[in-house]
Amino acid sequence: MHSFARTHATEVALLAVITVICTVLSFATSNFFSLGNAFDLLNTSSVNIIFAVGLLVVLIAGGIDISFAVAASVVQYGTAIALGWIGGGGWISGLVIAGSIGICLGAINALLIHRFRVISIVATISTFNIYFGLLMFFTKGVSIYDLPEWLTDRVVLFEHEMADGSWIEITLPVLVMVLCVIATWVLITRTTTGRQLYAFGDNPEGARRFGINIGAMQFIAFGWLGLMAGIGGLVQAHYAQEVVPNALYGRELDVLAAVVLGGARLGGGKGSVLGCVLGVLLVAITQNGLNLMGVSPFAFKMIVGAIILVAITLSNTSIERLFPFASQKGARR
Amino acid sequence: MHQLANTGGSEKPLLSLHDINMTFGGVKALKNVSFDVRPGEVHCLAGENGCGKSTLIKIITGVYRPADGASIEYDGETYSHMSPVTAQDRGIQVIWQDLALFPEMSVAENIAFQTVLGRWPKLVDYGRMRKIATDALKRLGITLDVDLPLKDYAIAQRQIVAIARALVGQAKLVFMDEPTASLTQSETDHLLDIVRGLSAAGVAVVFVSHRLAEVLEISSRITVLRDGALVGVYPAAGMTQSRITELMTGKTFDQQVRARPRGDQPVVLDVKGLSRPGQFDDISLTVRRGETLGITGLLGAGRTELAQTLFGMLKPAAGTITLEGRPVHFSSNRDAIKAGVAYLSEDRLSLGLIQPQSIADNLVISSLGKIMSGAFLSDERKRRLVAGWIADLGVKIGRQGDPISTLSGGNQQRVAIAKWLATDPKLLILDSPTVGVDVGARAGIFDIVSKLAETGLAIILISDEVPEVYFNADRVLHMAQGRIVGEYDPRVVPLAEIEGAVYA
Repeated sequence: MHSFARTHATEVALLAVITVICTVLSFATSNFFSLGNAFDLLNTSSVNIIFAVGLLVVLIAGGIDISFAVAASVVQYGTAIALGWIGGGGWISGLVIAGSIGICLGAINALLIHRFRVISIVATISTFNIYFGLLMFFTKGVSIYDLPEWLTDRVVLFEHEMADGSWIEITLPVLVMVLCVIATWVLITRTTTGRQLYAFGDNPEGARRFGINIGAMQFIAFGWLGLMAGIGGLVQAHYAQEVVPNALYGRELDVLAAVVLGGARLGGGKGSVLGCVLGVLLVAITQNGLNLMGVSPFAFKMIVGAIILVAITLSNTSIERLFPFASQKGARR
Repeated sequence: MHQLANTGGSEKPLLSLHDINMTFGGVKALKNVSFDVRPGEVHCLAGENGCGKSTLIKIITGVYRPADGASIEYDGETYSHMSPVTAQDRGIQVIWQDLALFPEMSVAENIAFQTVLGRWPKLVDYGRMRKIATDALKRLGITLDVDLPLKDYAIAQRQIVAIARALVGQAKLVFMDEPTASLTQSETDHLLDIVRGLSAAGVAVVFVSHRLAEVLEISSRITVLRDGALVGVYPAAGMTQSRITELMTGKTFDQQVRARPRGDQPVVLDVKGLSRPGQFDDISLTVRRGETLGITGLLGAGRTELAQTLFGMLKPAAGTITLEGRPVHFSSNRDAIKAGVAYLSEDRLSLGLIQPQSIADNLVISSLGKIMSGAFLSDERKRRLVAGWIADLGVKIGRQGDPISTLSGGNQQRVAIAKWLATDPKLLILDSPTVGVDVGARAGIFDIVSKLAETGLAIILISDEVPEVYFNADRVLHMAQGRIVGEYDPRVVPLAEIEGAVYA
C-alpha cells in the first residue's frame, strides 16, 4: 500500500494551500479563526458546491457545460410557476419539480452532443445563450419576491451558542449540499455506472469497444449536472429569498474554475469529489478572508484569479518536486 | 490455392468462418475469406498492413458486420454476424494493438474492468477487483502495484495489463494484435511462455505479429492473407521466415549485409563523454558522411534518451557534441533542426505525425520556411515540395490533402522521413523506424535509408531488433544500461554473435 499523498496529490496540495491561507488569515484578522465563521463559510458555499459536484461528473465524462448556472435560473422560474399551479407545495415537491426541470435542461445538452454531434463547449454556450435569452425575454428582467413561505423561511437544523456569545448554525442548504456531495461520491466512485463514466472520459474509444452505451453516458452526466443545477437553483432561491433572473449569470465560470482547481481535467477521466469540494472552499475561504481583512471587493476577482493560477500550477506540475515523498512513482522507464 | 494444413484435421474447430466479405467505401477489404481456429491452438494470422487482418478480427469480435451471406460458427452455434457483447459473453477476448486501456484508472480497475460493465448500476467491489487483478498478474508472473494509476507505468507494463485483462474474462479464444511490438526480448519470451500456458489450458490464441521469428516459434498453424484474400493455411512446422514473407507479399526478399567502409569520409558527428545521470553514461561515438551507424540494445538501455540529447530535447550533464567540427550546445530541438539534425521519433503515432492532419501538412511542418512566399505560406510551393518528396520516397497516397491516418504504417513512416529530409539535415536519427511497419514495407524503408546514405547523409539507426541494424548499418554499437558495451562490424562478425551479446 502507499500513502494517500501519492494517489491524491492534488487534494493534498489543495489542503496544504488552504492550511497556509487559513493560518495567514488567522493571524491577519481577529475573527477569521472561529467556528462561527467556518459554519458561515459552509452555509454560503453550499450552492456552489452543489453546482460543482454536478459539473465534476460532466468533466469526468469528458464534456464541459457552460449553461448550468443559467439553467438553474430557468429552474427557479419554472419551479416558482409550477408551485403556483399546485398551490404552494413543499420542500419535497419543490425539489422534485426543480430536479426534473434541471434534468430536462441537461438532457437537451446531451441530445445536442450525442445525437447531433455538437462538441460540448459549443452546444452549451448555445444553450447558455438560449436559456438566458428566453429567461430575460419572458420575465422582462422582473424578479419574483412572493415565493411560498416554506421556501423563504430559514430552516436552521442545528444551532449552538458559543462561550463568546456567537452562534454557530447549520442551515438547510448545508444538509442538501452534504446529501448532493455524498450522492455524487457514491455515483462516481461506488457504482459501476460511475466507473463507466470515468472510463468513457478517459478513453472513449476503449469504452466503446467494451460495449459501454456512449449515449447513456452523455445523458447520465448531463442529466446529473441538470439535477444538481435544479437542486442548487432551488436552494439558492431559498438562500436569497427571491428569484432574480440574472442572479446566477456568470456563476458557471467561478464554479468551473473551482472544479478544475480541484483536480478535474478538461478532457475527462480525472477528478474527485473531495478535490472539487476543496476547490470551491479554497476560493470561498480566500474571498471570505479578503473580506474580513477589509480588502476592496473590486480586488477580489484579481486575487482569486491569482490564487487559482498558483494552486493549479502547484498541483499540476511540481508536486513531485515540492514533496519528494510523492515522487516515488511506480516503475518508470 | 487454398492449401489446408493437415495437423489433426479431424478435430472440430472452435471457430469457423466462411464467405466473409467486407467493403469500405467501395474498397473490398475482405474477399470471400475463410478462417478457422481449433480449440487450444496457437494460430498466427499473417499478412502485411492493410491485408485485412484487423478487419477480420473486428468482424469476429462484432465491431464490424460482414456483408450478407457470411457464416460464423463458434463453439456450436452459427451467427451471421457477432456483436461485441455476444463475443465477450461467449469468451472471445481481444488485446488491441492500441490496448484500449484507461490511463487515469488504477491497474486493478483496468484489469478487472469487466466487473464494472453492465447496463444497470451496481455497487463497485474494489476488493474483488484488486483480487482479480492480482490473480491475473500472478498468472503472468508479474508484480505491479495494482492501486497505482496505469499512466504511472510504461508502455511495456501497460501491454501486460492489457493481457491480464483479457485473461480475466473466461476466455476460450484470445486475439493478440501485435502484442510484442513494444516489449523487450525477455518480456517477449515471457509473453510467449504465457501464450503456451494458455494454449495448454485449452484457450485458443490467435496471434498477429510482424516479428516472424516469434510467429514461427509460437504457432502451430499460420493463415496468410494478402490484399483482403486468403492465400492459404500452413503448418508452422517446416515454415521459414523468408517463405512467410514471400507468401505475405507475393515477392521474394533476400537480406544482405549492406555495410561499406566509410573510414575515409569526413566526420559529421563527434560525441565525447556524453552523460545524463540515470540514463546514459560516458558515450563517445562518431558518424561520418554517408555512414549509417546502428545502435542496438534492449528497451531501456538509454538509446532513445541519447538520441533525444543529440536532438536537443534533453540536455547532457557532461560531455561534448561536435557537428562538422563545430561544438554545439542545443538549448532546444529548434536549434538542433537549424544545425542540421533530424530525429524520427520512436513513437510515430503520437509524437511524429499529426494523425488527423493532411499528408501535405504533415510533410511540410518542419520546413515551413521553404514554402513561404513573402509573408504567407504558398499552397503552390507546398504542393510542389510535397509532390517531389512523395515521388522520391515512393509514398503511395491518394491525394495530398487526405489525412495521414488513411495511410498504412509503412507509408506513414515514409512521410515522416520525408518531413525530416525536407529540412535538409546533415544528420538523420531514425529511432525504431519499423515499429508498426510490415515486412514488405520495411525493406522499402531501408532501401530509402541506404539511398540517403549514398547522398552523403550521416545516419544513426536505432533499433532493438538486432538484425535490422546488422543488415542495414555500416557499424553497430551495442548499448546496455546507458553505456556502449560493444562495437561490431557486420562484415566480419556474424549476426548470432551480436544477438548473443544483446539478448544475453
